[in-house]
Amino acid sequence: MIRCLPKVTLVSVAFQCFFISPLFAHRMWILPSSTVLSGNEAWVTFDAAVSNTLFVFEHRPLRLDGLAIVGPGGKRLAPQNAHTGQFRSSFDLRLETAGTYRISLVSSNVTASWKENGEAKRWRGAPEQMASNVPNQAQDLQVWRMSSRVETYVTLGKPTRDALAPAGSGLEILPETHPNDLAAGEEAAFVLLIDGRPAAGVELNVVEGGGRHIQRPFEQKHQSGVDGRVRVTFPSAGFYWLQAVAGGGVSGQNGVRATCVLVVEVLPQ
Amino acid sequence: MKARWAAVAAAGLLQPGSFPKWQVLVEIPRIEVAEYHRPYIALWLEKPEGAFVANLAIWYDMRQKKGQGEDGAAWLKDLRAWWRRIGRELSMPVDGVSGPTRAPGRHTITVTPGALPPGDYVLVAEASRELGGREVLRAPLRWDGRRVDGGRAQGKMELGIVEISSEKEK
Repeated sequence: MIRCLPKVTLVSVAFQCFFISPLFAHRMWILPSSTVLSGNEAWVTFDAAVSNTLFVFEHRPLRLDGLAIVGPGGKRLAPQNAHTGQFRSSFDLRLETAGTYRISLVSSNVTASWKENGEAKRWRGAPEQMASNVPNQAQDLQVWRMSSRVETYVTLGKPTRDALAPAGSGLEILPETHPNDLAAGEEAAFVLLIDGRPAAGVELNVVEGGGRHIQRPFEQKHQSGVDGRVRVTFPSAGFYWLQAVAGGGVSGQNGVRATCVLVVEVLPQ
Repeated sequence: MKARWAAVAAAGLLQPGSFPKWQVLVEIPRIEVAEYHRPYIALWLEKPEGAFVANLAIWYDMRQKKGQGEDGAAWLKDLRAWWRRIGRELSMPVDGVSGPTRAPGRHTITVTPGALPPGDYVLVAEASRELGGREVLRAPLRWDGRRVDGGRAQGKMELGIVEISSEKEK
């Protein structure tokens, strides 16, 4: 999220960006080198970036602070060879156990503005640091809370579901159909959750990768039902970018904005 | 139950004599390319509606070495249809079903359908070749418990003829 902005210090510009979503065109993503693997063990490498064209490194790297990897059995794993360059971050993951791995970049921050002796003050930082940086009873206090979650899944051998449990915070695109069992022309179901509860009426954007070399990548918008469920039929094989944004607000008022991105690979039949 | 049938059938372990046998012909085309690798091939049986019935053969690089790309099982997922249908559920190698890759030419394996109930089935053959393509053939067949009817398909790229024929045990 932070990386989408021209400069983090330009807070007033940032405010406008957050709440005028159509202009917020840059896309965050994590792209795995493989999603379906066989054998006794395997390596997968991941690229994490922010760009307009999917999945091309052309703008900014996605910072790896907040990288969380959960493997089969709910085991937490550490990446290897992590690196952040000019256009992309990358890291490797060794899969030693059969099953499904969830790779998430999670971040949240708070931006506050208030008046102190007639002077405009602003602060931006982690939610848990707000109390020590922003006066509780400040004049004209306005608070914007933002959270983002950028995810992908990979599976060695037989897919498992324990890594698919809801994280329970922020906005999530939780796969109902296993995310490493998607095939061209088949329907897949996802459930949108806010803080672990079904998020109704939230839009899910589905965009096909490969935009640099194809005229019009497949793009579709879906609205989640009352149960938070969305059904997507992927027309052809490839990597797809799924994004949902919830919350909102108007510049100059308190607001919440939660973003979730899920990258999935759809395989040929 | 099904898996046991598969192992038994593919290995041809049932006593010959009273049981009919299937001959499964698989043709691997000779492909003139600078760097040729033998294809991975999976042969299995499905019900017409797609339910898995049994593996008949899985030919792949069975060498097990340490390191990415060295373990031949790392490329089993490239038999995509088979991997999704049943491969990822299995612990490889499977006795009586797994075997090493085979050279271009015609290969015949013998399957003893044994207790396979009469009915309609589909013989599925999938081939995937390193630096090459992937092809899936489906050959519907009817099994009356004695003879097999149908079960023939002709590939275009990675597979030639694939055909099941039945013969009464002499």
